[in-house]
Amino acid sequence: MSNETKKQSSNIATIARRTFLVSAGVVGGGVALGLALSPNRLKIHRDDVASGNEVILNTWVKLTPDNKLTVIIPHSEMGQGVGTGLAQMLAEEMEADWDTVAIEQAPATDEYVNSDLGRGYIVGEGAKIPRFVYPMLDFTFLQLAKGMVGQITGGSTAIRLTGYHGMRRAGAAAREMLMHAAAKEWDVPMHSLRAEASVLHHDASGRSAPFGAFAAAAAAFTPNLKPALKTPDQYKIVGTAKPRLDLPEKVTGEAQFGMDVIVPGMKYAAIAQAPKFGARAVSVKDPDNAAVQAAVQIVNLEDAVVVVADSYWTASNALNQLDIKWEGGDETLASDTLRATHNAHLEETRHEEIMDKAGDATTLLQSADAISVEYAVPYLAHATMEPMNCTASVRNGKCDIWVGHQNPIAARDSAADVLGLKKSDVTVHNAYLGGGFGRRAKVDNVVQAARVAVAVGAPVKLIWSREQDMTNDFYRPAVVSRMRGLVEDGNISAMSHAYVYADAGMPDSERPFAFQYDVANKHIARHPYPSPIPVGSWRSVDFTQMGFFNESFVDELAHKAGADPLAFRYAHKSDPRHRAVLEQLADEASWGRPETPGAHQGIAIVDSFESIVGQVAEITIEDDKRVRIHRLTSVVDCGQVINPNAAEAQIHSSVIFALSAVFFGEITLKNGEVVQQNFPDYDMIRLHNAPKQQVRFVNSGHAPGGLGEPGTPPVAPALTNAIFAATGTRIRELPLTRAGFRSV
Amino acid sequence: MKVSFTLNGNATSVEAPPDMPLLWVLREKLEMTGTKFGCGIAACGACTVHIDGVATRTCVMPVAVVDGAEIKTIEGIAPAPGELSAVQTAWLEHQAPQCGYCQSGMIMAAEALLDENPDPSDDDIDNAVTNICRCGTYERVRTAIHAAARARREG
Repeated sequence: MSNETKKQSSNIATIARRTFLVSAGVVGGGVALGLALSPNRLKIHRDDVASGNEVILNTWVKLTPDNKLTVIIPHSEMGQGVGTGLAQMLAEEMEADWDTVAIEQAPATDEYVNSDLGRGYIVGEGAKIPRFVYPMLDFTFLQLAKGMVGQITGGSTAIRLTGYHGMRRAGAAAREMLMHAAAKEWDVPMHSLRAEASVLHHDASGRSAPFGAFAAAAAAFTPNLKPALKTPDQYKIVGTAKPRLDLPEKVTGEAQFGMDVIVPGMKYAAIAQAPKFGARAVSVKDPDNAAVQAAVQIVNLEDAVVVVADSYWTASNALNQLDIKWEGGDETLASDTLRATHNAHLEETRHEEIMDKAGDATTLLQSADAISVEYAVPYLAHATMEPMNCTASVRNGKCDIWVGHQNPIAARDSAADVLGLKKSDVTVHNAYLGGGFGRRAKVDNVVQAARVAVAVGAPVKLIWSREQDMTNDFYRPAVVSRMRGLVEDGNISAMSHAYVYADAGMPDSERPFAFQYDVANKHIARHPYPSPIPVGSWRSVDFTQMGFFNESFVDELAHKAGADPLAFRYAHKSDPRHRAVLEQLADEASWGRPETPGAHQGIAIVDSFESIVGQVAEITIEDDKRVRIHRLTSVVDCGQVINPNAAEAQIHSSVIFALSAVFFGEITLKNGEVVQQNFPDYDMIRLHNAPKQQVRFVNSGHAPGGLGEPGTPPVAPALTNAIFAATGTRIRELPLTRAGFRSV
Repeated sequence: MKVSFTLNGNATSVEAPPDMPLLWVLREKLEMTGTKFGCGIAACGACTVHIDGVATRTCVMPVAVVDGAEIKTIEGIAPAPGELSAVQTAWLEHQAPQCGYCQSGMIMAAEALLDENPDPSDDDIDNAVTNICRCGTYERVRTAIHAAARARREG
């Protein structure tokens, strides 16, 4: 037994032990206890998810006698095509006819949590567990121990955890149940049956019948948690570009976002939140009484003032007329002073938490040849296309919430908490999300809407203006970073990294801080400094900052070594998957041979969420330091690609999201308030400056990794490294406007 | 005031304050929610509809101004119920939308462009469609516009 295998076995034992302890320790935990103890996740469901003639085969699968299949999706659709991907994985193992497949949003109830999916199946099967999962399992247990359950869309986990460990098995188990039923009815051995395209065949007798014919009988069998699974070479649905099931209604205007919900008798609410974080509204006056006349009601939530009227526009106008006196908040809060504080904090080693250490970097880096550079990135807003909103109705001790949310169960719990209701008395209707990017995992809008609905005694749709959305975000943290490195004989002999750290919610197990190169001597330490303004997960979370620092710095070291940036990276990587990405990237991007005469190239590669993305930006610099990106090439090893078309879209999306940040993204603070208000001062990439993209996937044969986020981190350094190649100017602060560069 | 206009081919009257933006009249008074609120200052294009054939951002357009006008929204862009326009078809063919929130406005901008210019160049598209998409669907939007232009010309 290898050391690695031993380690895994002992971890499995630990996990198994802890499962028992946690389960035994949760007293009165209700369903949470049931989930932890349940030997069969697939038996848990709610009868009311079936309607008409639908039969529930297991938690995630419904089938009708006329052979219509519905996959229950415990993730939120926010642009990534999650329902289609998960349904492909389930349908593949079920041997379903794709044309019979529909998807349905799972209820936001404990039976349909997704946080236990990876854990439940992994622990159940006792098979090889990817090492990265261990801490995540611990995290899940921790949440369970607190009595919390989630239906979380984030961390690029839907495919790699829910799909890989959950949906595949649910599909295979459903197929087995149908085969059991057919074997019994036809009185033939189960192994003599064959499933294909939602039809069961008994070839020996020539009998065949559609899945639906056995739906009712199959439901009586117990779903097998460890069904035989297919190998990728047998895939017919996974790996194909099935059109996304959610798109037809997104070209006709019929798709219902949270913003679009209409509830009978509903009022509309506009909100002004405290302009300074932590301030309270101590008085609200209506100078000429016009607002009061027009508005149904003014609700002072203390940290916000809300006006409710018969239309959003009326409410918004009335709100603007109010004279609100705010008290509290920190008026001295400003970006430049915060930056100075960060810098000072970084110099004090007593604050440091060592994240990764090997050899003796500290001594080696005292060499006069060592280079030491400082990087800084700003706060960023999410600026989802759909401003934050939530509709709430509270009547007769029951609450209904309509919202597009990345964790509808957390939304439910937050409403129950603030209203003093039982969780089971709150129903969350999760709608499409007009962008999430981490922002819609927070519950501030839900709590506000619930409180306002109670205050006015009517259903209320609360709509944030764009300005409210931009100035009341949970921002991507601003980070200051100090990197040191020593190159000897063309190789990195030592490196260190110290950075200011504000917790944005990423588990350390994802290792965003890792310097993803083979270096014998390293010292990586963070200096925790809580953000004075709210922070949260922003697409790819800590990898956005760390990717920029690490991939800029390795470029600086390559330059110091006089080496080609791609070859230098390659020479410092032993991971075969990383090397393969670099090899294919060199080819696809025609590295060293730009397509456009006079263009320059920059490269970056980041491994995040179990996927490796290498990118090359090919640019020219035009008059007035305008940066034109002629081509942006991404080579992606995300393991098994579930849907190549949707996968490519995720990379397109990640690149544009990152480019908007590199060129324009900066949230600054002045007198305790956020300065940027709307798109003119927090601009976005549009068609005219969106580069041509080339996306290629490496066929590595590995299990699927995440894909919603991994395309984001390498974009900024690939571009700034290209700017260095073109101009000799090393960009160490973002956005590019800091150095006078701008978009075409 | 009472404002009257033709909406997706139907004579429509609505009671609304004269300065209420058309966006909110459509969404709240007429309960047609396909047209979206994005920024409130005509910067993002999510609220784009056609007013007398011109792609117009409605979040700052007082409803009084459109009295007597012909208005077309995403709900009325298909040639007939259950059918899709060439642009909508191309959008699906190229799997353009991601979250979908900005796509009504994006499609309406593209439709207006093609009504005016049946064979737009990339530059024409860049100049005419300045809508923001946070999901970054631009590459496929561009491809879909070219495909729709071809389909319309050959159609």
